[in-house]
Amino acid sequence: MADDSHAIRPVHEGDASTPGGVTSVFVRKRRHSLLTRGDRWVLAAMIVFPLIIHVALVWGPTLASVLLSFTRWDGIGGIAAIKPVGLENYRNIFTIYPPFDPALRHNLIWFGFFAILATPFGMFLAVLLDRDVAGSRIYQSAFYLPVVLSLAIIGFIAQLIFSPDQGFINNLIGRTQPNDLIDWLGNPSLNLWAVLLVASWRQAGYVMILYVAGLKSVDPTLKEAAAIDGAGEIQSFFRVVFPVLKPINIVILVITTIEALRAFDIVYIINKGTNGLELLSVLVTNNIIGEASRIGFGSAIGTILLVISLSGILTFLYWTFRREAAE
Amino acid sequence: MNRADTVPTSRRKVTPARVVLQAFLIVTSLVWLFPLVWALYTSLRPYSDTAERGYVSLPGVLTIANYTTAWRNADLPHFFWNSFVITVPAVILTLFLATMVAFALSRFTFRFNLALLMIFTAGNLLPQQVIITPLYRLYLALPLPSFLSDTGVWYDSFFGIIAIHVAFQVGFCVFVLSNYMKTIPMELGEAAVMDGASVWRQYRSVILPLSRPPLAALATLLFTWIYNDFFWALVLMSTGSKRPVTSALNNLQGLYFVDNNLIAAASILVAIPTLIVFFALQGQFVRGLTLGATKG
Repeated sequence: MADDSHAIRPVHEGDASTPGGVTSVFVRKRRHSLLTRGDRWVLAAMIVFPLIIHVALVWGPTLASVLLSFTRWDGIGGIAAIKPVGLENYRNIFTIYPPFDPALRHNLIWFGFFAILATPFGMFLAVLLDRDVAGSRIYQSAFYLPVVLSLAIIGFIAQLIFSPDQGFINNLIGRTQPNDLIDWLGNPSLNLWAVLLVASWRQAGYVMILYVAGLKSVDPTLKEAAAIDGAGEIQSFFRVVFPVLKPINIVILVITTIEALRAFDIVYIINKGTNGLELLSVLVTNNIIGEASRIGFGSAIGTILLVISLSGILTFLYWTFRREAAE
Repeated sequence: MNRADTVPTSRRKVTPARVVLQAFLIVTSLVWLFPLVWALYTSLRPYSDTAERGYVSLPGVLTIANYTTAWRNADLPHFFWNSFVITVPAVILTLFLATMVAFALSRFTFRFNLALLMIFTAGNLLPQQVIITPLYRLYLALPLPSFLSDTGVWYDSFFGIIAIHVAFQVGFCVFVLSNYMKTIPMELGEAAVMDGASVWRQYRSVILPLSRPPLAALATLLFTWIYNDFFWALVLMSTGSKRPVTSALNNLQGLYFVDNNLIAAASILVAIPTLIVFFALQGQFVRGLTLGATKG
């Protein structure tokens, strides 16, 4: 693979074993310290360039969100026009901003619905499909189909099913006349549940895929051993398989949390996230597009979203990198 | 990941429990497919036909007229092109940058390896709305030469949309790729070093070719995710005609798509690239998802 011109290249150009300074940062794994100075520059560039892009556009704005949340700024007049206001934005959000309460409540319901119904149902499907069922592949494909669709398209499909006069359900049950139709997506006490049903359509398939892969990795002798010990199917799942799958269970819990917080596209397609479909993500967006842009206020809602999502993110980091940190 | 699909199939016996299981799975998967089948069915019927007979009825006529109308009236080819111009460079750039970071972090030891890996991984888990407010202001302020943006700033430009996709998705790809590259025996890199190969050569000629399987999976996954994006283009673009097709669909509703039959046809047209992924690249897509979830 390496061509001849490199074969006799001196490898001790820079002394990599020098302790301290820049060089020791690039100590090679194992016993070799054959990196030339050029190599070290290449490695540094390989990390630094993508890191700058990622930090500048993701973590920079995250930090800026937190800082701006303590200020008032309408975006006009440059950075000099930013006024620090302490906790005023937060105080306003909690006291005199009517959409906040429903938005937070809907995000919690979204999470609850996923955590109690959609996610367990996806896991249940995976457990069924793991039992050497004839046609397992075909069933998996059917359940997985919504996962490739964009949430925006799923929002459109929701309208085909639930729209009051042209939708499937009302046409099926014959309630399409203006006086007796059921407005699934317009009635604020119904629309969240209709949307959650459609969102679960995708979420359950997503979880199913992940869990099928997880179940495949369980040592079959474990289940056999449990069966020999006289454990029933349900018992052996909850006592033996489920605990072994702890890592994937945590991934699924984190995904459920994050997806519940990210929810946006479906409700925005349906009615721009109003009238019963308010979500925190929509409130942030409305402070940018639409009427007056209130940067500090929008950032404060963003920061609240950040604090909630950190619970999921930190859980994920802890369980994923715990072992490596110990090494 | 274990390959445990080698369970002998001869163990299947027809028992009442098996019958119930199959029945349940058949019914559930039919329910699962129904919304899409319904969309397809609605899209093939002219509005006049459904107006006369109702939506839940046998068709008088089946036609692709809705598709041709949606395609032409709403200028869909133009929006598909926008999606293409955004998605393809974004996928390539993301993978290029992510392979470099993953290579450096997984094959060499630095003091900050773990911290860097965590930064990339966590970044991808943030809800987009956490960063959007400052990002929006940043995009309005960052200048861009006029051949990349007619507005002179990152806002409302393809460049800006590609940049945020790359910055966001690179985190997930670094996580997946570094896990994968760790499983490539260290001896392979060492052999190259013994032969006098530079770090770049190790990356280019040893690790990259060996990483083809996760790269194919990630490319499929990224294509789907970036193509499916609705949010970035909605907020970071103001010119409707520049938007990729997924976001544009929202504007076109009501403007060109007046009845559900047309909306159904347009939705299916827009879903076609992802449906191709579903039918042709399902294996890659699923592998990409599960690579990220089940480590190693």
